[in-house]
Amino acid sequence: MKKVILVRYGEIILKGLNRPIFEDRLMTNIRKSLAGLGKVDVIRSQARIFIEPHDEDFDFDKAVEKLIKVFGIVSVSIVLKIDSDFEQIKKQSLIMAQKHVENLLRTTKQSPKCQEQSEIISFKVEAKRGDKSFPMQSPQICAELGGYLLENIPSLRVDVHKPDFIFFVEVRENTYIYCDIIPSNGGLPIGSNGKGVLLLSGGIDSPAAGWMMAKRGMSIEAVHFYSYPYTSERAKDKVISLAKILAKYCYRIKLHIVPFTEIQLEINDKCPEELLTIIMRRVMMKIAERIALKSEAQALITGESLGQVASQTPQALAVTNAVVSLPVFRPLIGMDKNEVIEIARKIGTYETSILPYEDCCTVFVAKHPKTKPTLSETEKSEEDLHIEEMIEKAINDTEIIIVTE
Amino acid sequence: MLQEIYFDNSATTRQFDEVTKLMADVARNTYGNPSSLHTKGIEAERLIISARETIANLLGAQPQEIYFTSGGTESNNLAIRGFLDANPRLGKHIITTQIEHPSVLEVYRQLEKQGYDVDYIGVDKEGLLDINQLREKLKSETALISIILVNNETGVIQQIDQIAAVRDDINMKTVIHVDAVQAYGKISIRPEKAGIGLMSVSSHKIHGPKGLGALYVSRGIKLNPLFYGGGQESLLRSGTENVPGIAGFGLASKLTFEQLEDNYAKVVMLKGLFIDRLKSTSLDYHVLSPEGSSAYILSIAFEDVKAEVLLHHLEQKGIYVSTGSACSSRRNSKSHVLTALNLPSGIIDGTIRFSFSIFNTEEEVIKAVHTLDEIIPAIDINRRHILRRNSNR
Repeated sequence: MKKVILVRYGEIILKGLNRPIFEDRLMTNIRKSLAGLGKVDVIRSQARIFIEPHDEDFDFDKAVEKLIKVFGIVSVSIVLKIDSDFEQIKKQSLIMAQKHVENLLRTTKQSPKCQEQSEIISFKVEAKRGDKSFPMQSPQICAELGGYLLENIPSLRVDVHKPDFIFFVEVRENTYIYCDIIPSNGGLPIGSNGKGVLLLSGGIDSPAAGWMMAKRGMSIEAVHFYSYPYTSERAKDKVISLAKILAKYCYRIKLHIVPFTEIQLEINDKCPEELLTIIMRRVMMKIAERIALKSEAQALITGESLGQVASQTPQALAVTNAVVSLPVFRPLIGMDKNEVIEIARKIGTYETSILPYEDCCTVFVAKHPKTKPTLSETEKSEEDLHIEEMIEKAINDTEIIIVTE
Repeated sequence: MLQEIYFDNSATTRQFDEVTKLMADVARNTYGNPSSLHTKGIEAERLIISARETIANLLGAQPQEIYFTSGGTESNNLAIRGFLDANPRLGKHIITTQIEHPSVLEVYRQLEKQGYDVDYIGVDKEGLLDINQLREKLKSETALISIILVNNETGVIQQIDQIAAVRDDINMKTVIHVDAVQAYGKISIRPEKAGIGLMSVSSHKIHGPKGLGALYVSRGIKLNPLFYGGGQESLLRSGTENVPGIAGFGLASKLTFEQLEDNYAKVVMLKGLFIDRLKSTSLDYHVLSPEGSSAYILSIAFEDVKAEVLLHHLEQKGIYVSTGSACSSRRNSKSHVLTALNLPSGIIDGTIRFSFSIFNTEEEVIKAVHTLDEIIPAIDINRRHILRRNSNR
């Protein structure tokens, strides 16, 4: 008998011949996530992964907290692994169900809303029989085990339609019993879908955009354009904090801090006011692409959302996009601000993003930026810029910070 | 290494080395709990008694009129809430000014929500309290008036004697609470003579440790504590005393007051030099600190320059200052003090505070003004636009 963690993954199962590649990646990522919690075996078995700790005092709650941040995992359960012997199953199930019912009763009592709630908890048993040599069939396991639990725990009653909890029994080579399924984010394991360079500003949108692409299996590098002394040093600290939160999902983020002040001043001095932002965006994209190519990334990632600001109209996006040839992923493009905020809250970046040390670039923002710029007028306005040398210099002076959780 | 020029002494000051040394010594050796009955406790208690006597003497007060707190904010909260709580019959009307520090203003706002009738008296363009308005508002139900003696943003000094005279005319029972955080150890002040009932002071503005302050409570004024416990500080402020901090605060007070006049003369000279030097530059500026304001504070607006941007440029040159308003596009963060002075928003956005201490030198002032002259034209974005347009013609 042993307490282990059962990990379920979804989409990967559909991957056909490539499935082992994704599975291997997922297992590697799981090992990385659990590093530091003690020695564990990570075992793949019949489209599931089992995590078996070596130590008695393994911190299961902490492990679950880490695992639900691993992309590719659909859900996890802390389960008891026992011998496939029905007497054993009954005995251990009773102990586990009793504990679970006690917990449920305690929490309903504590909840002020459910004052009149009776002392009765409803349940059902769900059995799966993977091992066909086991003498009982699934419905029979459900009926007999359910009956046994019902007899021995006075506060239980059966409800097969809307039970308060489900008692799960999976009979395989061993048998696994559990009461909780903790959902995770799904997606694909990081590293299974190339690498993207995220333009990370410090606002609400860009961390959410990076998280969404990481969820689809992309490794993330981040680029921040730093306008000190037009911004505060705190703006940089804030971006590092955001990268740290993202690193909980992405393990390790290489953060490029690009000195951007000189470029901004050059643009400010030489370009028409109404095109300042769009030209700035174009230069940022160019620099990000250079960094991406150097890092062997396949895409850029931005937090742009259609129509949110003047530089995010379709016309402006077309003009911005024209300077790069790598694909630009904009996972938030069709989202409302509220939807983005919801993601930011879920992943834990929101509170940091709303700190006031944003780019103090109100200084560089035009009062009436053009919402429908054309490529030709923008290119013409850039003629006086010594942009190549400046980009070169900015990239050479870029500070690289490796951010881990 | 970049020479560091610290002109943000109204935010906080560098601690005296003597104070740091004393505090380390007390922490190491006199670590007893002042409430303990044994020698270790008595030794610690003696340090507190001595610091209390020092500060009382410096203010022309009695030791039992001085209560140690965690700083200016707590002193202000204790003065206002503690007084109103203990004296409910004096009336439900209270008065303060529009240019208080948040640790007074926010307390009054809370009290307003809780049912107090509050008047926020305005100021003239120099920042001086409108005495006529005060005369109109003061009435028999007025329990308390809170006034900031030296304003932390502009340095304007209020005429407490005039205010006390109005009070004496209209309602002797009204107690005057003075926030003297920026005045203590800098200008001479005797609360008893000035008719002040409650006065808040802080340690870290005079080269003492952070987390220490005191409240002067004139004999006969009753206060209730903000929190309850072991009954330290004559029942007014429970909690084991910060003995090293109190000892450090006492020493910092002594060192500051011993030199009060010499120090002031030195800082007057620095502020004068700063303004003189500015005159010889080509910069557009407005001095917001009025004539007769505290020499320790010089508030200057540079129009068309965002104060925070200027702050970061100065910081890059090793010069540390502060701004009244933060540069943020999202929140309304304009200084309420500068707003109360009725200044246009271009000036408010461009206001920088230079605040001095005895550690500053003439050379630093000269260098700072020189640096301003150098960087302001370069960061004035509008000016850059104009230059560009001219060169395009």
